Amino acid sequence: MTQLKFLWPITRGLIGAIIGLLVGLGVGLSVSSLTGNPATEINISFSYVFALLGWLLGVGVWNSWIREWIGIKPSYFEAKNWQRYFGFSMDHKVIGVQYLVTFVILFLLGGFFALLMRIELADSGEGLLGPNYYNTIMSLHGIIMVAVAVAAIIGGLSNYVLPLMIGAEDVAFPRINALSFWIIPPVAILLILTPLFGGFDSGWTAYPPLSVTNADGQLLFLFAFLTFGLSSILGGLNFLTTTICLRAPGMTWGRLPIFVWSIVAASIISVTATQVVAFGLLMVILDRVAGMVFFDAGLGGKPLLYEHVFWFYSHPAVYIMILPAFGALLEMVSHFSRKPLFGYKLVVASFLSITALSFLVWAHHLFTSGMDEFLHIPFMAITELISVPTGVVFLSALGTIWRGKLWLVTPMLFVVGTVFNFLIGGLTGIFLADVATDIHLQDTYFVVAHFHYTMMGGEIFMLFGAIYYWFPKMTGRLYNETLGRLHFITMFLTYNALFITMFIVGTNGMNRRVWTYPENLQDGNILIGVFSLLLGLSFIPFVYNMVASWARGTVSGNNPWGATTLEWATDSPPPEENFAHPPKVDEGPYTYGQSGRKETQATPI
Amino acid sequence: MSTHSETNTHIGNSLSLKRIGLWVFILSETFLFGALISTRYYLQGVERPDHLNQPLGLVISIVLLMSSLAAYRGEVAVSYNDQKKFRINIISTIILASIFLVGVGWEWYEAFQYFPPSSAFGTIFFTMTGIHAFHVLTGMIALIIIVKMGSDGRFNSNSYWGVEGVVKYWHFVDVAWVFIYPTLYLVN
Repeated sequence: MTQLKFLWPITRGLIGAIIGLLVGLGVGLSVSSLTGNPATEINISFSYVFALLGWLLGVGVWNSWIREWIGIKPSYFEAKNWQRYFGFSMDHKVIGVQYLVTFVILFLLGGFFALLMRIELADSGEGLLGPNYYNTIMSLHGIIMVAVAVAAIIGGLSNYVLPLMIGAEDVAFPRINALSFWIIPPVAILLILTPLFGGFDSGWTAYPPLSVTNADGQLLFLFAFLTFGLSSILGGLNFLTTTICLRAPGMTWGRLPIFVWSIVAASIISVTATQVVAFGLLMVILDRVAGMVFFDAGLGGKPLLYEHVFWFYSHPAVYIMILPAFGALLEMVSHFSRKPLFGYKLVVASFLSITALSFLVWAHHLFTSGMDEFLHIPFMAITELISVPTGVVFLSALGTIWRGKLWLVTPMLFVVGTVFNFLIGGLTGIFLADVATDIHLQDTYFVVAHFHYTMMGGEIFMLFGAIYYWFPKMTGRLYNETLGRLHFITMFLTYNALFITMFIVGTNGMNRRVWTYPENLQDGNILIGVFSLLLGLSFIPFVYNMVASWARGTVSGNNPWGATTLEWATDSPPPEENFAHPPKVDEGPYTYGQSGRKETQATPI
Repeated sequence: MSTHSETNTHIGNSLSLKRIGLWVFILSETFLFGALISTRYYLQGVERPDHLNQPLGLVISIVLLMSSLAAYRGEVAVSYNDQKKFRINIISTIILASIFLVGVGWEWYEAFQYFPPSSAFGTIFFTMTGIHAFHVLTGMIALIIIVKMGSDGRFNSNSYWGVEGVVKYWHFVDVAWVFIYPTLYLVN
């Protein structure tokens, strides 16, 4: 039994969830018998909320938190080695790996859903999924990939490396950090259960009035998204406080690695805007469960309200996704070009102005929604304005590569690939920011291809690049370079072939979110399906590489890249307290080519 | 080794860290209440039904502001290590907060007759007061916990972050009401 002791937190969590579920069901039944409102949704709501509380209390909140409040000694059980990953660990390095593995698995699951969609779309008639399941699968693909994009870099990589980069022992609030991870499993479970409750056919945007009237699966989706938002807020709060308070001596704001700056900018968005979307989702829940009329136009509600509230978060959210990717990109560009980052201060200014401007562009999603016409031009102008700071980021990347000594290992290949992809993503965005062309292209595959170029081509490529880059730091071992390059080349080629074809079918009139289409688009769709399958296969070398190299890769040494930033100044993998001797920072992060530079930016004190 | 973050010297012990964390949280919550208030104007403009119970609204607003004063007195008392005064003040805060919640309940009872949740103003009214009441409730639970912690002798004039944090949150909840009250009752 003692070998299985590491599974206790999860077991307690499950028991707590079951107890919570039963209590919630009881509360739900008594409430619905009192009010006479539709009972199923009330039961689902109460059961879920109580089950979530039960799960969190069981998995660790009671033992490490509440006990302290009420004056009982907190009880910690820290397992050893790989067993730590299954418990309520408060070590940011463990939590980072927990996040990363969870979201890579979710990424592959989301990719599998995309393949199911492509099987349906291989023929213009009814196929595998048909009208009943296609939209649910499409919506699941959407929300899972959005969650991956929001949390994989911030929750996974930055959780692991941000405290190391600023020379801290851990994040500011280790317990909140653990909580923000353990909120995720209920979200995943809820989403996977939606097909049993009739699915949800609203897409990840969940616009009312559809999302108020469709099957119960929609309610599960709304709760999942709401819970995920909570995790995102807690994560952002932690990263902001950590960076403000826990920088090592000498780590001034001007010496922060650029990745840390990007996380600061993204965290500002996630602690503020996420509250607004949470309220938007809550309004839909209230309309469904409590019979309110936020979106019932007949009774004084306004469906457009949701679109405003939703995009007030969800457009800034794309910067929560892409800013950390930019940060990781510039980080690697400097290290692998062996040159100081070009225009560091300008990049920081760009990150902060992207953050500010991102709150003022949301209504470009509403050009065809019936929003007041006088709003079109200002939102078009601000949307196009935000490409200026984004351009500065590009300029910085290219300026750093210029006359650098490029080291084209796998992470750097991903950097070059990302620059190429995001360029296409950015240029095609102009057509969508522009009112006149957007009205033609709205809701076609052109839009789908555009945001995949920015989100997948920009962010997910960078996620993989950054995983390769920090893999030696996390595991102390080297990944297999040949397999890494194979992964990059196959992923890059099939990805581009796939989404360039989508641009073409999109401009020819292929609508998004439909399971059928005119027959003249058949060839393009078959092509997309074939490329999708190949893209899916390109992840096999990645998964094999990660698992095999972690188990028995070559030992990497502490700093295999010869990089200057602080996370490479300690052991790989780092000891529990991160730095055996607390570091003192005495120069900027990228000192390549400068006379008298040290190996990293720090000296131990 | 085993109790990682707890033995650590600078994490979890620095007051400025906790303060900044709380302020970031309050900033985050501000956006929630901002969205609530904007929604009221977006859906209803400045329309207001005649059946709002104005005297009751005013009374519960005053009660809530009084509770903030009591909470402040409690914090000052603990900073002077006056445990008895601390207890009295925090317990009065809890009592005033309960009166506020009873008042909101009474409002809800009346509102059901004139503008139920299935009417446009009712939707706004129940959501705004409901979300705020939920915050009051969480604040009350936190206040009860610090009374318990105080009676266990865990606060003194050198170390009373628990009180400071909860009281700051309580002030925030009251300030939120200061914006919600005119938005619902006074705008016309």
